Amino acid sequence: MENQEIETHTIAVLVDNEPGVLARVVGLFSGRGYNIESLTVSTVSEDKTVSRISIVTSGTPMIIEQIKAQLDRLVPVSAVHDLTEEGAYIEREVALIKVAAKGPERRESLRIADIFRARVADTTVDSFVFVVTGTQEKIDAFTELMRALGGVEVSRSGVVAIARGSEVL
Amino acid sequence: MASERMTGAEIVIKALVDLGVEVVFGYPGGAVLPIYDALFKQNRLRHILVRQEGGAVHAAEGYARSTGKIGVVLVTSGPGATNAVTGLTDALMDSVPVVCLTGQVPTHLIGNDAFQECDTTGITRPCTKHNYLVKDVQDLGKTLHEAFYVAGSGRPGPVVVDLPKDVQFAEGDYEAPQSAAHKTYKPRVKGDPSAIEQAVSLLASAKRPIVYAGGGVVNSGDKGSQLLTQFVRMTGYPCTLTLMGLGAYPASDNQFLGMLGMHGTYEANMAMHDSDVILCVGARFDDRVTGRLDAFAPDAKKIHIDIDPSSINKNVRVDIPIIGDVAHVLEDMVKIWKSKQHRADGKALDAWWDRITEWRAVNCLKFKQAGDIIKPQHAIRRLYEATKDRETYITTEVGQHQMWAAQHFPFDRPNHWMTSGGLGTMGYGLPAAVGVQLAHPDALVVDIAGEASTMMNIQELSTAMQYRAKIKVFILNNEYMGMVRQWQELLHGGRYSETYSEALPDFVKLAEAFGAVGLRAEKADQLDDVIAEMIACDNAVVADICVDPAENVFPMIPSGAAHNDMLLGPEDEKAKPVSEDGMVLV
Repeated sequence: MENQEIETHTIAVLVDNEPGVLARVVGLFSGRGYNIESLTVSTVSEDKTVSRISIVTSGTPMIIEQIKAQLDRLVPVSAVHDLTEEGAYIEREVALIKVAAKGPERRESLRIADIFRARVADTTVDSFVFVVTGTQEKIDAFTELMRALGGVEVSRSGVVAIARGSEVL
Repeated sequence: MASERMTGAEIVIKALVDLGVEVVFGYPGGAVLPIYDALFKQNRLRHILVRQEGGAVHAAEGYARSTGKIGVVLVTSGPGATNAVTGLTDALMDSVPVVCLTGQVPTHLIGNDAFQECDTTGITRPCTKHNYLVKDVQDLGKTLHEAFYVAGSGRPGPVVVDLPKDVQFAEGDYEAPQSAAHKTYKPRVKGDPSAIEQAVSLLASAKRPIVYAGGGVVNSGDKGSQLLTQFVRMTGYPCTLTLMGLGAYPASDNQFLGMLGMHGTYEANMAMHDSDVILCVGARFDDRVTGRLDAFAPDAKKIHIDIDPSSINKNVRVDIPIIGDVAHVLEDMVKIWKSKQHRADGKALDAWWDRITEWRAVNCLKFKQAGDIIKPQHAIRRLYEATKDRETYITTEVGQHQMWAAQHFPFDRPNHWMTSGGLGTMGYGLPAAVGVQLAHPDALVVDIAGEASTMMNIQELSTAMQYRAKIKVFILNNEYMGMVRQWQELLHGGRYSETYSEALPDFVKLAEAFGAVGLRAEKADQLDDVIAEMIACDNAVVADICVDPAENVFPMIPSGAAHNDMLLGPEDEKAKPVSEDGMVLV
């Protein structure tokens, strides 16, 4: 029987920076019933003609293979790289986390931020906005701790990822 | 070549002419007036005025599939574009190269809910291979050339180019590009040599091999079919074809087992199920072909040749995938088979053919034509007998008649059979026949139809009349949406919910109202005369063939069943009731 276990993969997609290309990628996922756990997009080439889309998705190995083949089939897509499969890679996410708290909770939030190497981006007498960078798990953990201390608002960038080593896409 | 300065509308005409387009199927409207004005002033392109935009796309599909060229459609914004959506989806599912030019409201009005505005690129994104919105006249020429390249190369498909009205009026430079290459889109045509070698070795060692080929062979051009035929003959292996592939291998050849799948032959499906090596050529393991997936060809190693990598391992896990154009890969396979002096395992192959011969003896396509009532299968057999010696193209609608045509009308050459396979679009056949007839004015073009499907695009008979396209609409009139009725009989206790064709028109009078000829056969002894008269008629004909309303399509693999679990006839219907699991499948 086929391996039916659900795997999570981080995929980097290089695309022509043209109108509608993101809609094509997102439409492909919704139309074929694939999962998107995280998606980020931005131009990456000097002349702004190429964008990089980083997608975290999950599915059985057969589905993951389909996702990559379907992405590669889109006309404006120039390359599809399954970072999870191709070897070691670095993954980061940035989050802005607002914590509304007073008194000892406020002080505790600052102490935890220090442990997580989060920086303070803004402050009022009864709130902080922290910037925290790291893996999804780290940001999840930080957010969880902050929720215990007061009102929390979260804005996350989604995952960006790049392969280790000297090879340049 | 120096560039020329002209309006966007003129660029459209010039580019189409440069791209070798001869015929455009279209319907005018406000947002394409400049292009229609430019069309009026030239005589290189022939415009075929359809009666509804959906008909334009199907006609272009018929034109494309019978010629191997790209079908071209021109429609207006809003409803023009939305009416084209079914045809575009049909072309996508069946890999038909079509370029559809749609008018759009002027760029400054886009997004304002202007009159006859719709988000054409948004709506057609999932139902095209690619689409474009041209916002600058300077990009127009290049975009049109690129659209044709994308539509016709790799796995063919429909491409939409959305043209705002101000871009059609604006002046710009046009230059025919030197090369068609695309920055990011580069379909692979040559297969991986080591995979091909592996595949040939595996085939040579097979004891119970079968070749299963599909529409990709037809799309690969005449060479694809020739090479497939050559390879099958040199190996001596049995060959089966999908609905889309009919004609890719000569049906009259003894190595041909008939179509496979839900309504395929007993021998083709049994051979698939019991095989030890399957060579899949340009087919996609569609659910109508595989039946129950976990029981599909359980002992077979599978080789899959496809130009589209996303077709590989989509439904069925294959052992040797080969990505490339069918003709290129088959050419390599033929070469390797010869150079390595491979020979089929003669003893095993003889034993395999003995088993196939036993399955063939079941005579699964048998039917009883007795008495006055015309059996639909008989009508198709008689049609074949009367037309087999002339150049005949067959289109179909969708339903029982389509399956009977696939079973009982043999094709020895590709590009002569046009049917809506993937999407299953009722109303496809009549406009497709118009497109085929315009491409082949002297050939006989017959739309094998059902009465319900015919009603879906009957307006295109008017198009046929305008351009003297002498299409023959051969209606197997059973007064039911027969395939749905058959499923209701098999799966829903014979409760024929809304499938009776109530209040049908008199098709003879209907034909006459359009200026065509109407004929009718009500009894078996009238059939041959009606067919002869239809063929001889120098006009479009609607032949209303009144057939047995109770007849069902057999054999049949019911939903949720395996290939070796077929219903062979009405006797099996009671013996093998369809499971609850199968009922939820389509």
